Amino acid sequence: MKLSLLAALAMGLVAAPAFAADSVGAGILKSQCISCHAIVKPDNASLDRLWERKGPDLYYAGSKFNRPWLEKWLQNPVRIRPAGEFYTKHIKGSDKEDVVDESTLTPHVKLSKADAEAVADALMALTGPADLVTKGAFKGDKVSMSMGAMFFNKLRGCAACHQAKPGTGGSSGPELYTAGERLQPDYIYSYIKNPQAVDPHIWMPTLNLAEPDLQRLTGYILQLSASEGK
Amino acid sequence: MKMNFGPRMPAFLQAGLLVATCFVSGGPASADEPYTQRALRNYNTYCVQCHGINRNGRGINSRDMSVQPRDHSDAKGMGDIPNEEIFHVIKDGGLAVNKSVLMPAWGNVMNDEEIKELVAYLRFVCNCGSGK
Repeated sequence: MKLSLLAALAMGLVAAPAFAADSVGAGILKSQCISCHAIVKPDNASLDRLWERKGPDLYYAGSKFNRPWLEKWLQNPVRIRPAGEFYTKHIKGSDKEDVVDESTLTPHVKLSKADAEAVADALMALTGPADLVTKGAFKGDKVSMSMGAMFFNKLRGCAACHQAKPGTGGSSGPELYTAGERLQPDYIYSYIKNPQAVDPHIWMPTLNLAEPDLQRLTGYILQLSASEGK
Repeated sequence: MKMNFGPRMPAFLQAGLLVATCFVSGGPASADEPYTQRALRNYNTYCVQCHGINRNGRGINSRDMSVQPRDHSDAKGMGDIPNEEIFHVIKDGGLAVNKSVLMPAWGNVMNDEEIKELVAYLRFVCNCGSGK
């Protein structure tokens, strides 16, 4: 009796991941998402592969995103990177600065509420390699927004590529006024610390920032979401 | 110099993009193109965001920047900078040579060999000599 109970439990444990992989969300991922996004870690981490991919990798989505944001965004996708991904394929020259070539950008697939919930569940199950994001790295301290802005804009130059307010700042990186809503704090910290470790060859520099800088910038970006992203 | 340079850009940029899809890396293509395909690919990945697809400092990020990125097509401006300094700026960032923080250090993204290749590519873009 005991043995059969154990066997049943063991089978249940073994069967559980298979069930998750066969879920509605996983099915949508496989049918609609993988043509643009990697949901398993690619063997090829070359710069050429970065050029070939059509959208950001999602194999570590569960360590990156906040689930409520995913669910909301999948139903009403808005552009996160002003020049798309990858920016260099979506720009053209003008009389002044280079501008976004809107004709090269296509809207993201829009999901129903039920599908968005299912896909959000499936994405949150994709946690990626254990060492990708340092759990507990962000200490959660409040940051002075004026001090944070000074580091973000002037002292560390983040605003060159990122927008902390809609319409102001650079366009080659994702906007950061909704990043706190979108991203997990430890992911923001880990990404700023070493972008290439998360996303090989990505066009964000690794600045060798000291720990106080990493804490300050992570806190600033999280608080931006509350002030600018609404 | 600049007038002659402008029309060359789109052609070699396009050719570079085509060729770069076939090359993993490689040596200088010819005397007319004394740079590696890897340097072209790295420039189009990392530098274009600020220095622009026409290499004139008018990249997509430049609009709101307090200090404008260097115009790499400016033979005079680029010709005054020695190769060692260009290498240093790319590897260690603008602050390392008392220039703007908005030029980040790329030494963690590209190795010394790649940065040397970029310096050679920049000499081709500015059409301004060896920098020695």
